[in-house]
Amino acid sequence: MAKVSLLKQRAAADRIGRFGDYGGRYVPETLMAPLDELTRAYDKHRTKRAFKRRLTDLLQDYCGRPTPLYHAKRLSERLGGAQIYLKREDLLHTGAHKINNAVGQALLAVEMGKERVIAETGAGQHGVATATAAALLGLQCCVFMGSEDMRRQRLNVHRMRLLGAEVRPVESGSRTLKDATNEALRDWVTHVRNTHYIIGSVLGPNPFPRMVRDFHSVIGIEASRQLKKKIRRAYPDVAIACVGGGSNSIGLFSAFLDEPRTRLIGVEGGGRGQQLGDHAARFDGGTLGVLHGTRTLVLQDSDGQVMETHSVSAGLDYPAVGPEHVFLHDAGRVEYTSATDDEALAGFHLLAETEGILPALESSHAIAEVMERAPRLTSDKVVLVNLSGRGDKDVESILEEEEKRRAQGTEAEPPRPRPHGDPS
Amino acid sequence: MSAISEVFERCRREKRAAFIPYITAGDPDLETTGELLGALASGGADLIELGVPFSDPIADGPANQRAASRALASGTHLSGIFEVVARHRAAVGVPILLFTYFNPIHARGLERFAEQARDSGVDGVLCLDLPPEEAEAEYLPVMRKSGLDTIFLLAPTSTRQRIKKAAAASTGFVYYVSRTGVTGTQGELPENLMKEAKAVRRKVKMPLAVGFGVTTPEQVATIAKVADGVVVGSALVRLVEEHGGTPELPGILEQRVKELTAPLHGGG
Repeated sequence: MAKVSLLKQRAAADRIGRFGDYGGRYVPETLMAPLDELTRAYDKHRTKRAFKRRLTDLLQDYCGRPTPLYHAKRLSERLGGAQIYLKREDLLHTGAHKINNAVGQALLAVEMGKERVIAETGAGQHGVATATAAALLGLQCCVFMGSEDMRRQRLNVHRMRLLGAEVRPVESGSRTLKDATNEALRDWVTHVRNTHYIIGSVLGPNPFPRMVRDFHSVIGIEASRQLKKKIRRAYPDVAIACVGGGSNSIGLFSAFLDEPRTRLIGVEGGGRGQQLGDHAARFDGGTLGVLHGTRTLVLQDSDGQVMETHSVSAGLDYPAVGPEHVFLHDAGRVEYTSATDDEALAGFHLLAETEGILPALESSHAIAEVMERAPRLTSDKVVLVNLSGRGDKDVESILEEEEKRRAQGTEAEPPRPRPHGDPS
Repeated sequence: MSAISEVFERCRREKRAAFIPYITAGDPDLETTGELLGALASGGADLIELGVPFSDPIADGPANQRAASRALASGTHLSGIFEVVARHRAAVGVPILLFTYFNPIHARGLERFAEQARDSGVDGVLCLDLPPEEAEAEYLPVMRKSGLDTIFLLAPTSTRQRIKKAAAASTGFVYYVSRTGVTGTQGELPENLMKEAKAVRRKVKMPLAVGFGVTTPEQVATIAKVADGVVVGSALVRLVEEHGGTPELPGILEQRVKELTAPLHGGG
């Protein structure tokens, strides 16, 4: 591990809006001055007492923070190795960690005098969180969502509409998160004077990656404090989280960056195969590129055309990863791996059956990694997993997915050993 | 003086604005693009903006998005675009400016891109999502070395400081985006456009072209009063969409460019 404090390196990176070679601000000129304005507003308010107070109050009384840290004893026993602790972001209002950032940015939008917020959404969790924060603070809200995702996440579409948001279907490209982000950016360019774009992950142009991370850093801070109480040390041996854009993972990892005794592991969507187009594992097939305002690892062809991706989980189905993750990867601080669709589904079932918790398909990827790792550790080791969201939204698509598999028989997927919890 | 600067110099002497049409390379296919370059020039283009299709065109409206999809579907690659320019640049006779997103340049590598662009006869590059700040360190020196003009954008939201920055980074001309928004046709020009364009033109102290949403000869005439160049894109792209794959397309496009440029030559 690097001897230099990563937190110090990060503070320096924040000042220039660039994590080493990654990040930056690659946007049309129309957005440049508004991004300067946003940066100034964020830097002014994030240290201001009144703003911090308001945010903390909302996180606590409205969102339900702190979220519990739960010792999953039955899961630990079943896997027969390390003690597994779940950070229960799934118990937050709206059902996922996304609300931490949505409330933070919506408050900032109010401070900036914006009357409208927009968002892109994949699984619908960020869309729901934004619609919720907008309703709470009296802001107009429009959420862009790929029509394929709208199909996969019907329930969340209804939720957003019930919350008073407009959900705009996006029909271009693969009709998923990437295309929704394109459309949100186009809307922002057009309405930037009265609209704030609440980006839902640690992506996009500076200052979004650091701002979204900061709003989620509460996850790791709480977990560390809770571990201290429960196991008398403020760090786990291993911390695991799924990585789509990478917001819940970076929120968890932030607290342990300078803790050399904690291994940090990010889990990408391994999809249905290793070919470009069949997965969303940017660290395993991505190359350096520029997408949606930031320089980072992108799944693309040699001509710089961005590829379509696949993951059973809509929230991980995105061709680029947050730039700070690439920095943390290069620094050797975080290890990135992936779980396939099948492995994630197995993770989903295992947690449901052993603990009575339905995890979101995104978070199920982190559970899949726990299934790999926990059995190889001794029982005095502690694995901390960010359970970033709950799986109610996924019930329908899981049924559909598994019906499809049954209909296709055994030939559909490459044979893979499926650990405990196999539903069949 | 670069070929692009010469165009503006000549237009200045002729006391008129330059006409700059845009089409997407490879829409509907690259062979047609070659013919269309000739048609645009015969119609009266002073300079041609050739779009490099990209999978995620965040600054483009529906017409140009569809054009990019058609171009990519027909198998358009950057190398193929360079070949078409190399084959037609001399016969076309007017400078060609690549209008692109940054990722295709980044993927090729800046140096390689610049060399290949120059060798094929490309005159300049306008990169939609590369602001001067991100261009300073590598992009600008590499493009300069290859003798390619670099054109940057200004928008209604640009501050005084940003106007200076964009002008300092630009060679040939500066491109003013007529409105906050994406490319695409519009019924009426934004209310403040004339005033804003005039103010920006005074500050940049170099030729200023105005684009985004310019659709009709009347709008061309209006903008020509305050700008050194007028860009028409989506309106032509729609014609390509409508008549793509028919033998009439080049003639139709040439005719439309003639109509659009008529006001610049004292007609219309």
